[in-house]
Amino acid sequence: MPKDITRGELQRLLGREVQLVDVLPAEEYAESHLPGAISIPLKLLDTSTTAGLRKDAPVVVYCHDLQ
Amino acid sequence: MSPRAAWRLESLGFGEVYDYAAGKADWLAWGLPREGTSAGMPTVGDLARRDVPTCGLGETLGAIRQRIRAAGWEECVITNDRRIVLGLLRGKGLDADPAATAEEIMRPGPTTYKPDTAAAEAGRRMSERGVRGLLVATPDGALVGLLRRQETERAGEDAS
Repeated sequence: MPKDITRGELQRLLGREVQLVDVLPAEEYAESHLPGAISIPLKLLDTSTTAGLRKDAPVVVYCHDLQ
Repeated sequence: MSPRAAWRLESLGFGEVYDYAAGKADWLAWGLPREGTSAGMPTVGDLARRDVPTCGLGETLGAIRQRIRAAGWEECVITNDRRIVLGLLRGKGLDADPAATAEEIMRPGPTTYKPDTAAAEAGRRMSERGVRGLLVATPDGALVGLLRRQETERAGEDAS
């Protein structure tokens, strides 16, 4: 079950083996994103687009805000 | 959007999935590092001077004046022990009775800007309103620094 994560917890995780995924549309990702994040827009999230992610390491997803 | 993405990843077999629900808006509002095409455009958080003097509510004006003017400032931000912005002292307020406290003289509840506000936009607003500077604070009200209009103008010149 996915867990919520706060900004502080995310900052601590970023120094470790975490995979950060921006699920916003590609143009919003291009404009600004969190350091090290990769872009996989929600509409494109499937087996092929996530093939480069490790399943044995934590993944953090984010969009713009609470929506 | 991100809760659905988190559940979708779980359905794809990812075992440890986290949802940063507050998202990019929260991250940027705290002035944290960013990448992308907008990263080169300065924000008020990038340009604000962190060394703006601060004082507590009970400090006397005489002591404040001596301290800040020795450091070349004409402003002092009144904060609590968590750096939450309570008021601002500047201009004629600094020439009041030296025995008065900051609390008695300060302008309470000054407007603050979040760190991710574009510096160019803030500069335009300051020009329109004839304001020489603005305070930058985190979303929970903690002081980041003071941005002078001339800094936004200088940044604009550097960018052009």
